[in-house]
Amino acid sequence: MMDSADIAAHIPRLRRYARALAGDSHRADDLVQDTLERALTKSHLWRRGSDLRAWMFAIMHNVFINQLKARRELALDEAAEAALESAPQSDPLQLRDLAAALARLPAEQREVLLLVGLEQFSYAEASQALNVPIGTVMSRLSRGRERLRTLMSGAPAATMNFKLVR
Amino acid sequence: MSKITQADLHAYADAQLDEAHRLRVEAHIAHDAEAAENVRVWREQNQALRALYNPILNEPVPQRLLAVRASRIRWPYYAIAAGAMGLSFGLGWMAHPQQQSGRAVDTGALPRRAAVAYAVYAPEVRHPVEVGAEQQDHLVKWLSKRLGHQLKLPQLAQQGFDLVGGRLLPGGKGPVAQFMYQDPKGQRITLYVSRRDAEPGETAFRFSQEEKIAVFYWIDGKLGYALSAEMDRARLLTVATAVYRQLNP
Repeated sequence: MMDSADIAAHIPRLRRYARALAGDSHRADDLVQDTLERALTKSHLWRRGSDLRAWMFAIMHNVFINQLKARRELALDEAAEAALESAPQSDPLQLRDLAAALARLPAEQREVLLLVGLEQFSYAEASQALNVPIGTVMSRLSRGRERLRTLMSGAPAATMNFKLVR
Repeated sequence: MSKITQADLHAYADAQLDEAHRLRVEAHIAHDAEAAENVRVWREQNQALRALYNPILNEPVPQRLLAVRASRIRWPYYAIAAGAMGLSFGLGWMAHPQQQSGRAVDTGALPRRAAVAYAVYAPEVRHPVEVGAEQQDHLVKWLSKRLGHQLKLPQLAQQGFDLVGGRLLPGGKGPVAQFMYQDPKGQRITLYVSRRDAEPGETAFRFSQEEKIAVFYWIDGKLGYALSAEMDRARLLTVATAVYRQLNP
């Protein structure tokens, strides 16, 4: 039987992921709170011996997607992607802030990038948490990284590092 | 030799390849400047993400998150733990475990002694333990006898740690048992178990950072436990929680 202390152990990491995913800290903690509540109510569905961390992140993914749907932000994300796709090459986005660049990624790419790059999930774990095939994880990762690179280009590496370690 | 794919390059950048595979990709990118540059950029992205967001791990958890409890469902284990360890063992117990008062039960030098024992034996290559995992039953019987208390040996395979073995150590007031575990990368964890001659008591989890060594420790009845490792607190906490749960099923 899982207990609440098991779940509590994951709070700091859920908060880190949520912050990167949702942007501002208030929305991020809302996301964590909804996730914790759902995890506790659904704890009987967790199979003992399976990876609790992946399970918690899978719950957060579902909560997050539902919130996006409720706010119709999925559609907005797709629109943003289309706009980026068609942006003229002569007008590269001059985003210097990683957080801002992340926010410009489609949610599905942002999730994969964060699970792999920040949370250091294996591709298989990310596939489990997001409930998509590994091939989809790989293609989102690849596109997300390329997009992030484009968004961040224009920021000299030194400036970027300086900003990050502040 | 099969072709190196984009997926291989990503897996290489994310350190998700086994040794043989890793070497193949390394050989490939040595003469493919574009692939090497991609890998460099991706790694930089990963590092940048961690640099930006890792500080959140050390922020105090907001009260409203700690207040989330399993109010609508029944938790057999939760109820027992809460009863045994006081209310601090809800989601709330990890808010400031290191600040919890030690007035009720004296834990003495437990974390310090455990960390020293870890520092002495964990780096040991040839003789990390006196009795190896292959003689597990004997190990537990022997140490239980010396401590004068039946010990239980947690199994941490689910957390990625296999038993290396154990040894008997001198403690402040008598014999102490040290069990050692190791993950496939060679990361070691020790569980230090000492017999207390004070009144039996219970404490919540407490945390102590003994220089590089993180220690979670607690008192349960006649025994004091300390789980030590040179690893980040969050990861050690996951293992400590598993240990506690197995010792208190």
